[in-house]
Amino acid sequence: MKGSRLAFAIFLAPVAAWLFLLIVLPHVDLLLMSLRGKDELGERVWTLANYMNFFTEPVYWLTFVRTALYAVITTAITFCIAMPVSFYIAKVARPRVQGALMVLLLLPFWVSELVRVYGWMILLRESGVLNFFLMKLGLTQKPVEMLYTDAAMILGLVYTSMLFMVVPLVSVMDSLDDSLIEAAYDLGAGKWTIWRTIIIPHCKPGITSGAIVVFMLTLGNYLTPNLMGGKNSLWFTEQIYNQFIASFNWNQGSAFGFLLLALSSLIIWLGLKLSRQKLGEVAS
Amino acid sequence: MASDLSVRNLTKRFGEFKAVDEVSFDVPAGSFFSILGPSGCGKTTLLRMVAGFEAQSSGVIEIRGKDMADVAPNRRPVNLVFQHLALFPMMSVAENIAFGLKRRGLKGAEVGRRVEAMLERVGLPGYGPKSVNQLSGGQKQRVAIARCLVLEPSVLLLDEPLGALDLKLREQMKVELKKLQAKVGTTFIYITHDQSEALVMSDRVAVMNRGRFEQIGRPQELYGEPATPFVARFVGENNVWSGEVTASDAAGATIRTDEGFVFKARAKGACAPGGRADLYLRPEAMRIEPREAEGLNTFAVTVKAILFDGANSRLLTVTEQEHELLVSLPQNRRFDHIAPGQRITVGWHPDSGLCFPAMGAS
Repeated sequence: MKGSRLAFAIFLAPVAAWLFLLIVLPHVDLLLMSLRGKDELGERVWTLANYMNFFTEPVYWLTFVRTALYAVITTAITFCIAMPVSFYIAKVARPRVQGALMVLLLLPFWVSELVRVYGWMILLRESGVLNFFLMKLGLTQKPVEMLYTDAAMILGLVYTSMLFMVVPLVSVMDSLDDSLIEAAYDLGAGKWTIWRTIIIPHCKPGITSGAIVVFMLTLGNYLTPNLMGGKNSLWFTEQIYNQFIASFNWNQGSAFGFLLLALSSLIIWLGLKLSRQKLGEVAS
Repeated sequence: MASDLSVRNLTKRFGEFKAVDEVSFDVPAGSFFSILGPSGCGKTTLLRMVAGFEAQSSGVIEIRGKDMADVAPNRRPVNLVFQHLALFPMMSVAENIAFGLKRRGLKGAEVGRRVEAMLERVGLPGYGPKSVNQLSGGQKQRVAIARCLVLEPSVLLLDEPLGALDLKLREQMKVELKKLQAKVGTTFIYITHDQSEALVMSDRVAVMNRGRFEQIGRPQELYGEPATPFVARFVGENNVWSGEVTASDAAGATIRTDEGFVFKARAKGACAPGGRADLYLRPEAMRIEPREAEGLNTFAVTVKAILFDGANSRLLTVTEQEHELLVSLPQNRRFDHIAPGQRITVGWHPDSGLCFPAMGAS
């Protein structure tokens, strides 16, 4: 009994240390920093001014709302694309093909996100591959700027997130007994009813965990919105970056970081409430 | 009587392999029809074609006179009880039963009323709000059947639904299913590899082997008058001798077994003198130490073991040539003196033995 407790402590120690040193400690530091500021005399004091700035300056909270909205849209689009893809991989494809399809999904992730985004930029930019073919086919006279728009940015975000939705969905769909689908069909259900009443309720845990991961990754993504979104598509992470790196205002940046954390927690809590699930059930 | 299901020359090919081969049969309305066969004989494929999950390669399936060729499974007036029941775990018992009704566009109160009536019928009143996982094996069974019966299908298909239950429950469910079928009057088509299930429950049984029907008949006919050697071996237990036909007439044939016994028996098929034949004899056809041996085939055997199984007790005996035979042992205390190692005389009436031309010869 005593021995096993010691062993437990030994194995737990690195995890606890990791949690404390890399997550708790920096966050406490950030929290303290976000509450510090300079008064009129240039003295360092405790203040809520950093948080007040966010609410008084429209560009900040507008970016904030925009980021949240687009992250939700990206998650929804990713889900809509991932659902049939996962169904095909888990239920329709033969076992041999299944593995190959999963590898195809994984393959783009062997290169860094930066390279993947540049790939899209080569395709979409004014002098890009797509425009070249559009011009060749005579569909347009002048090259169309497809990059640096919100649509391009969402495209990039969905592409980056796909895998994280497909993997949990494939695994829950694998556990769905085919005879349940056949039984529903036999009892008079059409295709959409089967999706609505059998497949989606069965896949709920996978959908939730996939959606949480995709949402978090999208919300905290910096590279894709920055490169593909252009100047008008501000992402909240860019605001944080600007505060830290451009303005050297670490206090303001910390406050923004905390607001982002609060936002993602709030939206996930809301999503779980709406789908009547508990985080513990999803994780298990 | 009108038939609910009529199948004509139904064939299903998977590449070169014929899973179902030119099968034809009719199921009269309101009857309990079983398809009995070893695993891999094509019975599940046949059932799935009737349900609409597989398309036939050729042939016709008619339900109540309507051709089902282009009708999707969700539009067919048949319902299938799956082997592993396939109850929807994300729904309650009531929701499971209401599923089909809702698909037909029935509204709340009417659905609730019918579901409750159905639950009552299968002996589970008040079980509606329970989760499927709270039910026992037998209760799940009844919910699966209720879920189909509530739709009032022309034909209810059952795909070995008792297979997953333990023995005691299976025996109980057999009787219950039979009673339920008699009560609701729906045509049941039941497929199984368990001969006892088929014999106990069915009005008529089809014995299937390698994609073909070997025989269709009442359980008593299959047992007493098997049409082919396969049916004789598959339905009930049989002792088999191989031998040569020495004489045959209208009444039967005389066969000399390879061990030298000469037996008289009834002949099925062409048992011509000089040809090879197999003789099938039920364990209960043999009488131990018959008092009047007149007109019986008699021979001596040595008792090797007593296989006690209550009313189904048998003796494992061997002839001098080490040919093993099962002889049923009536539990009326008359034979309590029999012990392993003892030599006994066994006799049987020529009417109870059946000769078939040896396989490969015909």
